[in-house]
Amino acid sequence: MTAYIIRRVIAAIFLVLVVSAVTFLIFFWVPKLGGQTTTQLATQYVGKDANPESIAAVKKNLGLDLPLYEQYWHFIKAIVAGAHYKFGPDAAYCHRPCFGYSFKNHIEVWPEIKRRIPITFSLAIGAAVIWVVSGVAIGVLSALKRGSIIDRLSMGVALAGVSLPIFFTGLVLLGLFSYKWVIWKNVQYVSFTSNPAQWAWNLVLPWVSLAFLYSALYARLTRAGMLETMGEDYIRTARAKGLPERVVVGKHGLRAALSPIVTIFGMDFGLLIGGAVLTESVFSFKGVGAYAVDGIVGNDLPIVMGVTMVAATFIVICNLLVDLLYAAIDPRVRYS
Amino acid sequence: MSTEGSGEQKVSTAKKEDAPAAVGEPVAASAPPAGDAFLSVRDLRIHFDTDDGLVKSVDGISFDLARGRTLGIVGESGSGKSVTSLGIMGLHRTKRARITGEVWLDGEELVGAGPDHVRRLRGRKMAMIFQDPLSAMHPYYTVGAQIVEAYRVHNKVSKKVATERAVEMLDRVGIPEPRKRFKDYPHQFSGGMRQRAMIAMSLVNNPELLIADEPTTALDVTVQAQILDLIRDLQKEFGSAVVMITHDLGVVAEVADDLLVMYAGRAVERGTAAEVFTQPRHPYTWGLLGSMPRLDRERSDRLNPVKGAPPSLINVPSGCAFHPRCPYAALTGGSSESVVPELAEVGAGHLAACHLSVDDRARIWAEEIEPKL
Repeated sequence: MTAYIIRRVIAAIFLVLVVSAVTFLIFFWVPKLGGQTTTQLATQYVGKDANPESIAAVKKNLGLDLPLYEQYWHFIKAIVAGAHYKFGPDAAYCHRPCFGYSFKNHIEVWPEIKRRIPITFSLAIGAAVIWVVSGVAIGVLSALKRGSIIDRLSMGVALAGVSLPIFFTGLVLLGLFSYKWVIWKNVQYVSFTSNPAQWAWNLVLPWVSLAFLYSALYARLTRAGMLETMGEDYIRTARAKGLPERVVVGKHGLRAALSPIVTIFGMDFGLLIGGAVLTESVFSFKGVGAYAVDGIVGNDLPIVMGVTMVAATFIVICNLLVDLLYAAIDPRVRYS
Repeated sequence: MSTEGSGEQKVSTAKKEDAPAAVGEPVAASAPPAGDAFLSVRDLRIHFDTDDGLVKSVDGISFDLARGRTLGIVGESGSGKSVTSLGIMGLHRTKRARITGEVWLDGEELVGAGPDHVRRLRGRKMAMIFQDPLSAMHPYYTVGAQIVEAYRVHNKVSKKVATERAVEMLDRVGIPEPRKRFKDYPHQFSGGMRQRAMIAMSLVNNPELLIADEPTTALDVTVQAQILDLIRDLQKEFGSAVVMITHDLGVVAEVADDLLVMYAGRAVERGTAAEVFTQPRHPYTWGLLGSMPRLDRERSDRLNPVKGAPPSLINVPSGCAFHPRCPYAALTGGSSESVVPELAEVGAGHLAACHLSVDDRARIWAEEIEPKL
């Protein structure tokens, strides 16, 4: 088991390096492939009042004239040790981990992301709890009562959940429960540490709209998984031992059916803490996703790059956790 | 095996007209059959509603089995032998299955009994071993945990006591270092060891009826013999009744006291194993015997397999279900195509369902079949 963990952690670290390289190449190499000169590239990092001096300064600060591998080295070094942009009027120090520095707004990207992570995380964790519990429960029930009214009804609702975009369900919920019937007045993020009850209360609508989408997906997945496992020979053995049906389903059936759910969950959750873009926009939460949108709208590349790096790292971490969880669930993984 | 052949068959034809009862619905339970049979199956029918039609997997099977004896049920794939055993255990898929008839286990009728009552008997009074021990054991739980679970569901004991019991069983079925292997997962066991563990699991509650569904089919020949020996030893030790389901006549010859030959969901021949092997009285049984490779035969001689494929259980051939494949169907003067043959006595405790006269069959066996085997 220890060997397995070490192997997975090393693989994850390697994967983060690959992610950083890909992110780097997208932002610094692909534009060149597209025919951009370094000056044009540097212009994008400067605000609207770009003049030749500031452009030249950015070029020097980012080392855009250096060979690609040296640029990558600086990129990595900034993350590990911070970066000193010492040229021109925009001279600044970017503290480690430096995931980018916005010359347009004169701010470091990482502190801003760090400030926003709790918001996105709050959104993701509550929604995740709701969707996993409800999705798996509905899926199991549907599988056991296959063809029944319950099955058809819940699968119909699930189809709606999968098909309806979050900006539709979110806005409908807001329209109904915040404007027509004023149950949630003025939904906005309150930090958990300042007021846990208010934190949870204000997050209900975003949680529900986010969870609706995912729980639909998970219900369908669980149903399919359960239908498959309940036909396995070991389920017949469990029944032959005289186990009560709830043990057969809950202990023997569900355990095996959960493996694919865990895999998908790792990906979905990682993706979400990298920014629940739509939900944050609908409910005007200033989370990581909203920050990425700001960066894109304002054409502020360091923000986009920083969020990309951080989000990708989250996904890698979540997948690592899934791998470890997987080994805990399925012993065959551990020993192969 | 009792000899009440023709009498009970009349009951079965009468019952055939009845609408199939739903599962769990109480059957008009009669008194338990007389005699010392531990397991009595009476006119068991298990039909499945499918989109393609009604599948008559088991269509009127009856037999008796005493403690300490072994019944071999043989037949091709799809002849209904596995479904019969699952029906006895109450493990047939209940939603689409229609089960009628009676299963008496130690004086208790099971077909009409409540599902929860049958569940409590499963694993305790009657246990089952399956064909493929790898897929039959849960891959996510240790072998030991699965045996402990089987013990604790029927015995209110601590985990520790159950663990001791499980280790004892693993030791009993011949698994070396049982305390260490207890913590292993099924995939860490070899095929033979897995089947041993499976046997340990089914016998952990000293069941009085053991149903083994093709227990050696997935195993090497050398391991097969060991497993059969093990089952026989344990049977002697515990005095259980054993139902051995197999398509392998070699296995049956090794272990069975009585024999039931099934074809298309019906019994075509039954009797003591010695009788059926030495004086088989059904052309299908001859075919099975002819399909068995033998070392003492010249290699140039060809096997005599049963020609054709087993029939569909939705459109079972009219009359004798075996007639399209029977080389002697022409000798019956057409009755084999229209009339379903009933089991009829051909010797002491020996029944066969065939339109040919007993004398004809004795002659064909002695002159045409036996010399070629």
